[in-house]
Amino acid sequence: MISSTCLKEKMDTAKIDRIIDKHQGEASALIQVLLEIQSENNWLPKEVLAQVSEKLQVPLSQIQHIATFYKAFSLVPKGRHQVHICMGTACHVRGAARVLDKVQNLTGIKPGETDLELKFSLETVNCLGCCALGPVIEIDGKTHGKISPAKTSDVIASYD
Amino acid sequence: MSDIRLQIDGKEVTAKEGMTVLQAAQSAGISIPTLCYHEDLAPYGGCRICVVEAAVNGVKKLVASCVQPVAENMVVRTRSEKIDRIRKTLLELLMAHAPDSPELHDLEQEYGADRGRFEKDASFCIHCGLCVRYCAEVVKKNAVGFIDRGIRKEISFIPEIAAKECDDCKLCFPLCPTSYLQAAYVLVESLAFPRE
Amino acid sequence: MPRINSPVELEAFRQEIVSKRDPNKPCITLCSGTACHATGSKEVALAIEQELENQGLTNKVGFRRTGCHGFCEKGPIVVIDPEEICYLQVTPEDVPEIISSTIKEHQVIDRLVYADPTTGEKTAHEPDIPFYKHQQRMVFGANRRIAPQSIEDYLANDGGKALIKALFELTPDQVITEVKDAGLRGRGGAGFPSGVKWEFARKSPGEPKYVVVNCDEGDPGAYMDRSLMEGNPFGVLEGLVIGAYAIGSHEGYFYVRQEYPLALENLSIAIERAEEHGLLGKDILGSGFDFDVKVHRGAGAFVCGEETALLKSLEGKAGEPRPRPPYPAVKGLWDKPTNINNVETWANVPLIINKGAQAFASIGTEGSKGTKIFSLVGKINNTGLVEVPMGISLRDVIFEIGGGIPNGKKFKAVQTGGPSGGCIPEELLDLKVGFDELTKAGSMMGSGGMIIMDEDTCMVDVARYFINFLTDESCGKCVPCREGLRQMHKILTRITEGKGKASDIATLESLAETAVEASLCALGSTAANPFLSTFRYFKDEYTAHIEDKRCPALACKQLISYYIDPAKCTGCGLCLKNCPDEAIDGGKQKIHIIDQEKCTNCGTCFDVCPAKFSSVIKISGEPVPAPIPEDKRTIVRKKKSK
Repeated sequence: MISSTCLKEKMDTAKIDRIIDKHQGEASALIQVLLEIQSENNWLPKEVLAQVSEKLQVPLSQIQHIATFYKAFSLVPKGRHQVHICMGTACHVRGAARVLDKVQNLTGIKPGETDLELKFSLETVNCLGCCALGPVIEIDGKTHGKISPAKTSDVIASYD
Repeated sequence: MSDIRLQIDGKEVTAKEGMTVLQAAQSAGISIPTLCYHEDLAPYGGCRICVVEAAVNGVKKLVASCVQPVAENMVVRTRSEKIDRIRKTLLELLMAHAPDSPELHDLEQEYGADRGRFEKDASFCIHCGLCVRYCAEVVKKNAVGFIDRGIRKEISFIPEIAAKECDDCKLCFPLCPTSYLQAAYVLVESLAFPRE
Repeated sequence: MPRINSPVELEAFRQEIVSKRDPNKPCITLCSGTACHATGSKEVALAIEQELENQGLTNKVGFRRTGCHGFCEKGPIVVIDPEEICYLQVTPEDVPEIISSTIKEHQVIDRLVYADPTTGEKTAHEPDIPFYKHQQRMVFGANRRIAPQSIEDYLANDGGKALIKALFELTPDQVITEVKDAGLRGRGGAGFPSGVKWEFARKSPGEPKYVVVNCDEGDPGAYMDRSLMEGNPFGVLEGLVIGAYAIGSHEGYFYVRQEYPLALENLSIAIERAEEHGLLGKDILGSGFDFDVKVHRGAGAFVCGEETALLKSLEGKAGEPRPRPPYPAVKGLWDKPTNINNVETWANVPLIINKGAQAFASIGTEGSKGTKIFSLVGKINNTGLVEVPMGISLRDVIFEIGGGIPNGKKFKAVQTGGPSGGCIPEELLDLKVGFDELTKAGSMMGSGGMIIMDEDTCMVDVARYFINFLTDESCGKCVPCREGLRQMHKILTRITEGKGKASDIATLESLAETAVEASLCALGSTAANPFLSTFRYFKDEYTAHIEDKRCPALACKQLISYYIDPAKCTGCGLCLKNCPDEAIDGGKQKIHIIDQEKCTNCGTCFDVCPAKFSSVIKISGEPVPAPIPEDKRTIVRKKKSK
């Protein structure tokens, strides 16, 4: 079932204030502030957006636009394992689409989604710059190169 | 502010520095179709239906007249085979979303647009942005904004703000060419407004 | 570390560094760029440190971890100096031997050196390896010799000389003239003459003025900027300071994709070191010129590589491009004059100041001066980053440096310019690489991606792939791009699924025209190029898909069927075992048959069937032969003749 620890984890408002102050409370630093919060908290809860809106004096509608416009941000909790599938052109010509199919089958989710157990979050990315190893998938920052649909099963199964 | 002399559809027009080609045309009684333009709002340049051919020093290109600043000796044509063709396609693309919009209907006849050319899409928002921009720039409440980008872009009301402000305002409602705005409002009102 | 307050002090510091370095001292250089990390360079580094310690050699043998060398296909790469012996695909297990044989005994380990794939000829001396020999690594070459976090390495390699010349010997206008005369054109995509652009910003009224480094490198398959920023951040910084001086800017921004953590890390360290040493900040090297930089991370939007969208992002807003005019040189960041250039463009500046405009302009062609770094990827033997003079032929890049197409396949097309570019076919392989030449051929230089495609690549699918990418990355503000690409994507997808209609090409052309002529920004106006160029050169593939429901490259999933050739099947059973849909019927010594009803076209059987049998084939555009009768399925083993 949905991990209850994830929902209880609310980022400390003082911590958020500190991040904002680090950037001198400047509205132009909005994206940098959100990036820091995203990387610490793994997602951006609505209360956090409201707090940032208040402190930086930026309308909430603009913050919502930014939080959804840029793919680095997530408005929902992410899974324990981030699976990134490279869909860059070099990987594409080497068969990345079939690897993606396989991963979707194995995890039951599509790119941009997280499964119900909050185990895997799946994203497609455009070029990890390891084109010599194409097709490439990256899980929790670890690169798995020269991956075939067959090998993908073993790799995915190795994560719990 | 100095005077700028340009030519629009063969007519000599005098404009002020800083005016856009659209404003210059309107001041001379020359009509150019628009969808996302509103005189109380900063020009948006989103719908592209106002494209015209502008030539400066003999170099011609298509520009959006609502955002293109006038320039001395600019030669503008508001209609041509290419311009009409492009406006027709733009209308057809928008009618895949909102075939029954009155504003689109008016232009549909003039440009011979075929409302059935493209496969219909579920959303009837045409992204003119008038609602979002009016609420941000004129009413200054920011109750409705955009979210996401590209084909996933949508307008989105902020329930907490909308619940407080919209009932007494609704100045954006008459601006919407497709009534999607009203539908979105009704939806957020019934599903998401904070309840006591 | 005391601040350096004058050119004289900098030279003294440089001499001090160089004098402490013994050019004959053995040094192990390990490529530690992101791509080599992915092949295991971290483990090799640990092994090297460990082995040097074990053998008591830590003080006698240098160990330098550098940025990307460019020969990514063969990583991890180790080069032993001063002999320049190059070892490829090094594993931790090779390390003890490298130290005892090569370092201590000066013996070359044959199995680790480059071997020509056809002749088998071995080359141990790095500069003689064909991949490197035919390049002209004027900008990228420094990666090989410097550890990115070491300002000492940078200075020992003549770093800072251009900065001194610009700040102390040239006026800002003279710097601009040098860059104009050199003919440097932007390396990010549009190829606008950089010196001219700088001049616009210099002459525009308004203070303060800004300079920006565009490191949003979004083209899939392109990672040149990443490797420059990871491997030589000081080089980019020096170019930026010189440009700031020329334009009259005192505040600069680096805009770096957040997907490049190593580049961000090395950049931050470089900025810190440069500030400590007085090469950045107030009164640089005592010249009286002040210049500060800030680093902003991107947040995952390809469109932010477009300069006006990038500026919006720096201002903390959504990256929706705005119309031009006004151009950023006139009204940019916060409506002030701003000059944005790509990483590689900035990295070329110290070179121009050091060598002089004439020397720089002597390389390349009439319209395209200097060198360009390309990422040579896809169906190519020597995947990696290559730097070549403008004017070299595509053929030379792909075959002489790139080593040609793997697995004996036939070259089909080279895609350049990323999603804004196009595909260039075989008949144009002798085209001389340059901005205008590539544009005339229906593509563009772009940021330098060169994706090689072979006979197995479906060109209609390539068009669909790029339009799909752009549909995802479009900001969504203007109709021609948001709606036009949406419809183009639907049509191209239908075509690859065998549902193409006769009217599709005309509709695609109409949508392409609308995007080209009426889009708000360059993302939209160049979005149709992948379709236009593939249609121009590979029309027959479109016709086959639409009229014959056939994919000539046998790639489009919905248009192919997998079939086991009864004449070749040996009944090994590998396909049956691996089929995820249990769609194969067979048994020992029995010809295997794919049940077309159950088959989902995953292609696993095609992958696992051993190459020596190659019994699984792909069929497109014609019906699958009926299964052979049951009694014919027994495989009779041919007895070996005595």
